[in-house]
Amino acid sequence: MSKDRENWRGSRDGFGEALVKLGEINPNVVVLTCDLSDSVRAESFKKKFPDRFFQFGVAEQNMMSIAAGMSLSGYIPYVCTYAVFSTGRCWEQLRMSVCYSDCNVKIEGSHGGILTGADGASHQATEDIGAIRVIPNLKVVVPCDAIEARKATIAAADIPGPVYIRVGREPIPVITTEETPFAFGKALVLREGKDVTVIACGVEVYESLLAAEELEKEGISVGVVNLHTIKPLDSETIVKLAKETGAIVTAEEHQAIGGLGGAVAELLGQRYPVPIEIVGIKDKFGVSGPSWELMKHFGLTSNEIKEAIRKVLDRK
Amino acid sequence: MEIGELKKKAKAIRIDIVKMIGTAGSGHPGGALSSADLMTVLYFDQLKHDPKDPWWKDRDRVIFSKGHSSALLYACLAESGYFPVEDLLTFRKLGSLLQGHPARNGLPGVEVSTGSLGQGLSVGVGMALGLRQSGKDSRVYVLLGDGECDEGQIWEAAMASGHYKLDNLCGILDYNRLQIDGFTEEVMNLEPLAQKWQDFGWEVINIDGHNCEEIISAYKKAKTVKGKPSLILAQTIKGKGVSYMENEAIWHGKAPKKEQMESAIKELEKDE
Repeated sequence: MSKDRENWRGSRDGFGEALVKLGEINPNVVVLTCDLSDSVRAESFKKKFPDRFFQFGVAEQNMMSIAAGMSLSGYIPYVCTYAVFSTGRCWEQLRMSVCYSDCNVKIEGSHGGILTGADGASHQATEDIGAIRVIPNLKVVVPCDAIEARKATIAAADIPGPVYIRVGREPIPVITTEETPFAFGKALVLREGKDVTVIACGVEVYESLLAAEELEKEGISVGVVNLHTIKPLDSETIVKLAKETGAIVTAEEHQAIGGLGGAVAELLGQRYPVPIEIVGIKDKFGVSGPSWELMKHFGLTSNEIKEAIRKVLDRK
Repeated sequence: MEIGELKKKAKAIRIDIVKMIGTAGSGHPGGALSSADLMTVLYFDQLKHDPKDPWWKDRDRVIFSKGHSSALLYACLAESGYFPVEDLLTFRKLGSLLQGHPARNGLPGVEVSTGSLGQGLSVGVGMALGLRQSGKDSRVYVLLGDGECDEGQIWEAAMASGHYKLDNLCGILDYNRLQIDGFTEEVMNLEPLAQKWQDFGWEVINIDGHNCEEIISAYKKAKTVKGKPSLILAQTIKGKGVSYMENEAIWHGKAPKKEQMESAIKELEKDE
């Protein structure tokens, strides 16, 4: 786990690398964007495969429905734009044109989360997972770093139907390696624990590992799970861990309502109720500021995860 | 198909529509009847398709962007032989593939789900781009409503079609001048409508949408247009063929009662 900021990378970079790789290995992959080629990391694909790159100007709703049409002509479109647009502005096009027809479209949600920083709430997608998790046929992936983002983006081409991939702009620690397994739909246990399990996605996997390391010194045994695939949910692993540790904390760079925490609580509430604490943004819009200051401001750092762990252990 | 045969087919399709919606007890007769001649000519004279091989790779594609005219789509498909005409009476029933609005659920001939207005033209743009990309000469036909043109996405799609010079794309605009809340002119003025499409880079072909000869010529002309998409701007009458429904906004989304259904069928059967 690299704490050296020089090695940190935005997960969007992994997404962009994957597009180029897909361009090389899969002739059916096409890339669509709306005036954000570089920002969403589609620029390299555009340069290398100009004939398979499609620009639609500032018109995301049109692009989303066009992607459905291209998939129905046999292509695998990657729709590249910011998460606020792909899951917000285009929600109904995603539902109606793409998901209802179960089109083989891959959707990027770039600039996911509060780490988007200085641009402020208009550009910080903190509701995306909740907004789209309810749409049938759609799969939802939130990679924890640039390497995992690359693996997830490449894997998505072979997963039939629509897949949403959330990535971020801000450089974050790279906590996986080329050898770390990535199995779509399968939670990855990074650390075994006896007292409590933290289930996290995105940058919060890193924050959860920090929290676990620190609490270990106090004699608290904390397991950490990278739940990169939020839908379909790996119910078996989550229920098993709830049984084993009897307490769950979830952590996401997203609203505490409707996201990963919501998905886990829905599952455990029905299958194996145990005390749960959800770390996320507490029903507030973001604000402008330095990215990592915002993480503190909105209570998304390892400190809040530690607090949540203590709280859930008290309730156990 | 000969003109006389086409007219007979259009009549049969109108009767199917009235029966389907009357039997279901709900549906959208007005716009289905106004587009009936346009779609009959398309399916029975102009379209490259094979009902026995519905997903034939080289087929032309049809999208009902105005998905509420689903009864017309299903009638065209059944009368073409995609599935038995008897199945039409399962329209809107539980367990039927004939959903209230078209769904890509395995029903042969339905290319994509529609029903939320304004999205079908964009889907058509995507299909047209994809077909061109793969070197196919198939055409994409998108049936549009006039009220639907209130949606901003229609104009995003219109702009993109012009930008990409999609001459394999043909829009058919059913300009019956009525939408749910009344006349388009009063609800949201569309004029100058032909000019708008031209300004977005389209070839506009103005026709009487109930004149089979004019409809045939329009489709033929659209096939010859190069370097830009074509729009057949069809002047139509909402509820065409059923006198009590004609030009009445109320029949946009209302089913005829049993006696009304019978009188409509009688009128359609009589009409030459």
